[in-house]
Amino acid sequence: MDLVQMQKSLQDYTKSLFLEGILDGQFLQLQQLQDESNPDFVSQVVTLFFQDSDRILNDLSLSLDQQVVDFKKVDPHVHQLKGSSSSIGAQRVKNACVVFRNFCEQQNVEACHRCLQQVKQEYYLVKNRLETLFKLEQQIVASGGMIPAVELGF
Amino acid sequence: MTRDQIAEELPNLAESKLTALVVDDSFVNQTIHQKLLNRLGIENDVVTNGKEAVDVYCSGRNYDLILMDMDMPIMNGIQATKRLREMGIESKIAGVTTRANEGEKKEFMEAGLNDFQEKPLTISKLLSILHKLNFYVQT
Repeated sequence: MDLVQMQKSLQDYTKSLFLEGILDGQFLQLQQLQDESNPDFVSQVVTLFFQDSDRILNDLSLSLDQQVVDFKKVDPHVHQLKGSSSSIGAQRVKNACVVFRNFCEQQNVEACHRCLQQVKQEYYLVKNRLETLFKLEQQIVASGGMIPAVELGF
Repeated sequence: MTRDQIAEELPNLAESKLTALVVDDSFVNQTIHQKLLNRLGIENDVVTNGKEAVDVYCSGRNYDLILMDMDMPIMNGIQATKRLREMGIESKIAGVTTRANEGEKKEFMEAGLNDFQEKPLTISKLLSILHKLNFYVQT
C-alpha cells in the first residue's frame, strides 16, 4: 500500500470511529493538542486511560462479586471511569458508565452486573479500535509520511 | 485553535507568566490539563488531592490559578477550597468537575470558587476561565 493510500485509510478509519459514536469531539481536542513538542501526546494519554481502566474494571469485578456489595466502593470507581472515558472522548464507555451509576444509586446488584458487562464490552471495543488507529499511524510514520489532520466534514 | 488565534484572544499572555496548580487524582486528567496550560504558556504544577494542594500552599508556594477537581481521596475539592480560603489564600480557583447538577455545583461554588467549568476541559473552556478571571494584561 502506498503512503497516500495509507493516509486515506487512516482518515476513513478515524471517521468511522466518530460516525459509530465510539469517539466524540473530545478526542479531536486531544489530537489538536498534539504538536512537535509532544508528538505522542494522544497515545500517551490513551495509554494512561487503558492502565486506569484495566485497574478500575478489575476492582469493580471484585467489588460486585462480594457477598454483600458495598455501593460506597462501587460508585466512585464508576464515576472515575466515567470521568476518564469522557476526557479522552470514549463516548460509548462514558454513556455506559452513566447507566451504571443510575443502577448503583438504586443499589440494584443484578442490573449492576449487566452494566459492568456492557462497560467492559464498550471498553474493549474502543481499546481495540484505538490500538488499530495507532498502528495505522505508526505505519505511516515508518514510511516517512505525516499523519493527516482529521477532516470530518460534518 | 492555532497559536495565533490564542494570542489574539489573550494579548500579552506570554508576557504575564501566569502560574497554575492542577489538583486532580486522575492521571488522564492531570496530563490533559497540564498540556492545555502548557499550550497557553502557563507554568504549572500538579498535585493529586486537596490535602496536597493545601500542603503546597503551606510550604509557601503560590499560584495565580488553581484548577480544582471535586472528587478526590483524602481531601476533596470542596474541603480543599474551603480550607484554602480559611487560610486567606486569594488565588483564583476554578472548579473543574463532571458533576454538573445544580445542587453539587452550588455547593462547590459556595466553598469559595471564582469560576466553574464542566469536564472535560478544552482550550476554549480554559480560555473562558482566563477571560472570566481577567487573566490578561491590558496595555
